[in-house]
Formats: sequence, structure tokens, C-alpha cells
Amino acid sequence: MTKSELVDKLAEKNGSLTRKESETIVNLIFDSMGDALRCGEKVEIRGFGSFTVRERGAREARNPKSGEIVDIPAKKVPFFKTGKELRERVDAA
Amino acid sequence: MTKADIVEKIYEKVGFSKKDSAELVELVFDIIKGTLETGDKIKIAGFGNFVVKDKADRRGRNPQTGEEITITARKILTFKPSQVLKASLNAE
Repeated sequence: MTKSELVDKLAEKNGSLTRKESETIVNLIFDSMGDALRCGEKVEIRGFGSFTVRERGAREARNPKSGEIVDIPAKKVPFFKTGKELRERVDAA
Repeated sequence: MTKADIVEKIYEKVGFSKKDSAELVELVFDIIKGTLETGDKIKIAGFGNFVVKDKADRRGRNPQTGEEITITARKILTFKPSQVLKASLNAE
């Protein structure tokens, strides 16, 4: 299911919502979660899971083609931990 | 940030009542959960993909007792963040 299919489904399930409004809602949800993560904030959705930002230290790696050693700088990566309810539902199916 | 903060954003920016906003946020996550439950993936452009993966049986060890156990096959949910999200976390 893509974002646009999610927008369709939301509009379908809530009859009083136009497709445009449905799109605004879905975009707002993911944009605000992204904004929180960009601020380094944790996002916790009960029954779904939580998103945190993890720091990856700088490291040296090798270009597999040339064998050359390259420096990879420290960076931040988003991390998702599935919530208990969803973890159990996904496995039960 | 929790669901309540997202509800507040919708209330502020779209002007829906807090009750309606809360119902819509709940509905969006219900649709996502129901879809993942069937094994289908969720692809949110600019945010990331949620994919259910099959994990085979594997051998593990109880770290407390040292006892060997079999970790049974299971389905797990993985999140692969989009390049856009990853890049935006490191932009300054």
C-alpha cells in the first residue's frame, strides 16, 4: 500500500472527508513525525511503535571496487521499534 | 511526540475538531496496522517503507543460563527509512 492508496482508503472509511482533506491529514501525520525526528525528538505511537534517532559513529570503510580506504563521518539514522500490539498481530497472521 | 501532538497539529492546521482529528489519526494507524497484518507492505514516499519479513528458525542461547534454545520462525516488521528522511536528519 502506497501513501496515495492510504489516502484513498482513509477517504473511503470516513465518508465526510474529501480526498484532498484525506491527503492533507496523511501528509501532516508523516511530516510532523519527520519534523520531530529532525529535532532529535522521539516519536511514540501507542499500539504501533516508536521512532528514535540513533547516532552512528565515524568509521573507516573500504571501497569494494578500488580497495581504497574512505572515511565515513558520524551520522544520525532513524530507528523504528515495533510496538508490542503490532508485533504480535504481524506474527499471528 | 505522541499521537496527541499529531492530533493537535491537525486541529491547528486543518481546523478539524480535536475529536475528529483524534479519530482520523486513529483511523490512519488502524488502516496501516490492518494492512501490515495481512503481510502487505506500507510505502510512504519521503518517510520510509514498513515491510513484514519472514524469519526462519535459528539457534540461540539463554544468556543467563547458557542453555541452547531454538528461536522459532516468525514474522517481523521492519522499517526502512527513505533516503529523503535519512538525508534530512543529517542536513545542517
